[in-house]
Amino acid sequence: MTKAAIAPPGIALPAAEPALRAEPSPIREFWTRLKARRTAMVGLVIVVALILMAIFADGIAPYDPIATDWGAIRSPPSWAHPFGTDEVGHDVLSRIVFGARASLGAGLTSVALAVALGLPFGLLAGYAGGMVDLAIMRLTDALLAIPFLILAIALAAFLGPSLTNAMVAIGLSATSTFVRLTRAQVQAVAAEEFVEAARAVGNPPWRIAIRHIVPNIVPAILVQATLTIAAAIIAEASLSFLGLGQQPPEPSWGSMLNVAKNFLEQAPWMAIWPGASIFLAVLAFNLLGDGLRDALDPRQRT
Amino acid sequence: MVPESPKPLLDVRDLGVAFDSEGGAVHAVNGVSYTLKEGETLGIVGESGSGKSVHVLAMLGLIPRPPGRITGGQVLFAGRDLLRLPERDLRKVRGGQIGFVFQDPMSSLNPGMTVAAQIIEPLRIHLGLDGRAARARARDLLDLVRIPNAGARLDQYPHEFSGGQRQRVMIAIGLSCRPKLLIADEATTALDVTVQAEIIGLVQELKREIGMAIIWITHDLGVVAGIADTVQVMYAGRILERGPVDDLFRDPRSAYTLGLLRSLPDLSRGRAGRRRLHQIEGAPPDMRHPPPGDPFAARNAYATSRCLTEAPPLAQAPGAAPGHLVAAWYDLPARLAAEEAAR
Repeated sequence: MTKAAIAPPGIALPAAEPALRAEPSPIREFWTRLKARRTAMVGLVIVVALILMAIFADGIAPYDPIATDWGAIRSPPSWAHPFGTDEVGHDVLSRIVFGARASLGAGLTSVALAVALGLPFGLLAGYAGGMVDLAIMRLTDALLAIPFLILAIALAAFLGPSLTNAMVAIGLSATSTFVRLTRAQVQAVAAEEFVEAARAVGNPPWRIAIRHIVPNIVPAILVQATLTIAAAIIAEASLSFLGLGQQPPEPSWGSMLNVAKNFLEQAPWMAIWPGASIFLAVLAFNLLGDGLRDALDPRQRT
Repeated sequence: MVPESPKPLLDVRDLGVAFDSEGGAVHAVNGVSYTLKEGETLGIVGESGSGKSVHVLAMLGLIPRPPGRITGGQVLFAGRDLLRLPERDLRKVRGGQIGFVFQDPMSSLNPGMTVAAQIIEPLRIHLGLDGRAARARARDLLDLVRIPNAGARLDQYPHEFSGGQRQRVMIAIGLSCRPKLLIADEATTALDVTVQAEIIGLVQELKREIGMAIIWITHDLGVVAGIADTVQVMYAGRILERGPVDDLFRDPRSAYTLGLLRSLPDLSRGRAGRRRLHQIEGAPPDMRHPPPGDPFAARNAYATSRCLTEAPPLAQAPGAAPGHLVAAWYDLPARLAAEEAAR
């Protein structure tokens, strides 16, 4: 009874009030913060639209993207071909729609590969420390010494030209960034008192890593992954432009640019649309990534 | 119900802990020995770096190794030497037989897990409880630590709890598997004074209900006076004095304890008690090169020449209550009496 008398009301009694309202889970709270950022929402809408376009390409594209029409070679935009046609009579709009599969597919797949490899190795390096850490990090440093795109080109050339190999090459090139990021994040989280508290209740190390550390580094990984998707889309376009990615006649924004460069004066629409598509996709992922970073920033939590 | 056993619950013998650094090994804990009976509450006081926290963490293998290492000793808990227990078995002791409450309730709960999930964790590990049974137990534990509306609060996240409530949750986790020993490391230091009082009151009530032994680590003598049966004063990785709480406060035998007691403001005398607070001159020794003698000698006005060269053993203080031990070559009451007479 003395308790209530000693404690200010703010400490002894708040229990009843917050219990009545719906509990905001961390995910819902994050969504509220993300929604408040207009640029991030613009990025998200474009990303979702591009993904839907890639998935439902068959229904959206007016023509078969690899069907040639010798009656319409390099024809400018018209009602029949809103984005024009290319040098062998492919409908550019249809190729843009189907090309989203190559670009987004490469972006998502390669980053998924980079995270799938980078997260476990980063976790191992950051949590185990010692010789394991030393070995993993020296290898990572060596990889990071080579510029991202150069490494991707070298790997793609080594693996042989195909879209799948390009994805693998981009994914492997991006892995070292995720190893480093994961390691740094793991070290920061592992120093938190709640990790020590988790050890003090008898958790084995693997459980601490999976249950207590990984969930707390997901935000940072997610932000980095989103931004890396943008870089991977450019990398895929670059590889395809160089002939190391998507092989003709299958469409990809990068390989479309490769062909278009020969006709810049005669048929600029061949270059403008794939260029604009790459720009839009990269912009969208960057806006989304920046928004995620802000929304997940622990310093802005209350 | 507790059988009368001659063996103590915890028997620490000559424990030593060091941390390797670039400038040489830092000797954080040096030959600490003490015992704790079942159901006893031991308050350990000392300043930062006195080894009070490090030695309990070391007992349970919770210091990072490297750079930390155990340089020697034994820690017998319920008859087993914790220092020689394989990690697997030690994990069963942590959280199962020995519960822990950490200093900062704001950072010692995982922000991304619900309170229920965090209370259930030790229940699953040590008692094999899962699902509905674990949840019911978690609810009971929140009730136990007097969190109102426990059922509704289980699925909330730590940020929805106040500091005092979080510390109650930590205590619930610490007590979840009915440990024989609860170690609270500066458990009230980060809390408001009123909340401190609530938490201390709660721990005392729980002790009456459950009967576990407690090691309460703090630098706050007031907290120790309120909670402990026995007090142990640590300095530079050693125990300088140890005794029943009333006896030690009334009749300190170590100059360091005396210095700490004199540093407390005297609130009972109001404005009349206002004076410049006592300050212990100097700084603790560099623990990379611990002094050969009494570690407090350099700051101690009552030190004798022997204090500088030879470390005093912890032994029964002459004329004090039984169990009141001190590590000092000088006779503090005699010196104080002489000082008084000279004035």
